[in-house]
Amino acid sequence: MTTVADIARKVRSKNAGPFWVTIDIFCGTASAFNHLTAALKTEVIAGLYQQPTQRMKRFDIADLNVIKFSFPRPVVQGHRLDRDMHGAQWAVLLAELPLDEG
Amino acid sequence: MPTRILIPSGVLCLGFDRDALARGVAARPDLIAIDGGSTDSGPFSLGTGTSKYARSVTKSEWRELMLARAEAGVPLVIGTSGTCGADSCVDWMYRITCELATELGQSLRIARLYSGQPTARVTRALADGRITPLIPAPEIDAEAIGQMTNIVALAGAEQIQAALATGADIVIAGRTTDTAIIAALPLARGDHPGAAWHGAKIGECGALCSTNPTSGVILVDFDETGFTVEPLAVGARCTPHSVSAHMLYENSDPFVLYEPGGHLDVTASHYEALDGRRVRVTGSRWVPQPYTVKLEGARAAGFQTTLIALLRDAHYVANAQAWVDKLHGFLAALVSKRMGIAPETYTLDFRLLGQNATLGTMENRQGAPVEIGVLLIITAQDSETAAEIGKLANPHLLHYPLTEDEELPTFAFPYSPAQSDRGTLFEFALNHVMALTDPMSAFRLDVTEVTP
Repeated sequence: MTTVADIARKVRSKNAGPFWVTIDIFCGTASAFNHLTAALKTEVIAGLYQQPTQRMKRFDIADLNVIKFSFPRPVVQGHRLDRDMHGAQWAVLLAELPLDEG
Repeated sequence: MPTRILIPSGVLCLGFDRDALARGVAARPDLIAIDGGSTDSGPFSLGTGTSKYARSVTKSEWRELMLARAEAGVPLVIGTSGTCGADSCVDWMYRITCELATELGQSLRIARLYSGQPTARVTRALADGRITPLIPAPEIDAEAIGQMTNIVALAGAEQIQAALATGADIVIAGRTTDTAIIAALPLARGDHPGAAWHGAKIGECGALCSTNPTSGVILVDFDETGFTVEPLAVGARCTPHSVSAHMLYENSDPFVLYEPGGHLDVTASHYEALDGRRVRVTGSRWVPQPYTVKLEGARAAGFQTTLIALLRDAHYVANAQAWVDKLHGFLAALVSKRMGIAPETYTLDFRLLGQNATLGTMENRQGAPVEIGVLLIITAQDSETAAEIGKLANPHLLHYPLTEDEELPTFAFPYSPAQSDRGTLFEFALNHVMALTDPMSAFRLDVTEVTP
């Protein structure tokens, strides 16, 4: 099964300050960008991170062949329930997301 | 007036390319700027007012930058000193600087810019309606503000300009925005304001905006229409893509950056390769707004003790979640019975290393791990209670059986004592901005002449 990581050059995530996390999908080429912007549904990404869709900010940046998602962290960085202080492993979920080729 | 800023690396203690730094000094910069921290590592640094970096590394890298400053004959500025930029960290950095001045035989004028906010100032600003929450923001009132161990305001260009105006050789700043230490001088010299902030954002992580991110050193040239960025390590290149992509980094909106007194808008920015290594950027816009500074605060949120047990028995590995669920219920009842404390005053948080410790309920993959680490994080209202719960849990984490009819199991503890008392847990407690009529009214400058 094809995943986002198979199409994109790199997927990374990081806190954007203690209260937000941001995920960057570097598609690498215009064709990969077009493929992924069409295939990635914001509500699916929201579901992956257990967020309401309206909390997801999405930027499709054609100049850079980058798709970016940002949302408030469900637990603030460093909270007793936080599992990833830098939010850097969250990208893996998106990288491993299977794409519906149908 | 054209302004050349030399940035040795994204943060002090990350290391930099010595030869590239020497080339930067030879290029006759107008100022050397380096960041000293951020909120990246979590609330502990701000909570305690201490640096997360080793003093030995800080001192050895700062020594090299003080030598570079002496050779270049221009100001050296560090922002967000000591990781969090609390007043205690400014003092820590100042003591290191004084030691080095003696060791290097340098006579210096040192300006310290303090960003720490007394509780009374923030409480008064809240009562006056001068504090506005960002999204999302913790609820605050006078009591919550009083509980914070450190509150800092992020200084902008104005406060750094005030520090430079003292004629300081070295500016040791408390919390500042990452960009302010770079943007301050070009703004003061009348360079393009959009370019000043945008170039500062591109430069603030050092060579992260280039094709060789770990090489550190970059040079940014500002002028009346734009800026040019150039990495100084051999083989490092900036491309329109590497530079424009840097606006994505640790930024929730890649087109807008909020700073004290306005915001940067890069929607219409134009990136042009001057040659194989340098990129010229024009068209960035600075949009002035009412003057506010962002606040950061941390407070104690409990005290922690942790234990780790290792499950290697295949049956327990396969049933790890069921085991910790059952153990959790057992321990909660035992805490209630033996210690008599209310369930809402403490938490037992089990993380299954090897199964879902990183992503928790978001994890959607299942594997067949060889072993599982069970990390128990206990958070209580004081350290004695957390330690006592740890001792209460210890024998059961070691021996608790999945079923009643089996021989008593024993799991692996990696060390003795099995429990680690972690001390105070801190939390970020502010995501707000504070309005100021005079930018310096919430900051303090202290100028000292240091002789060896």
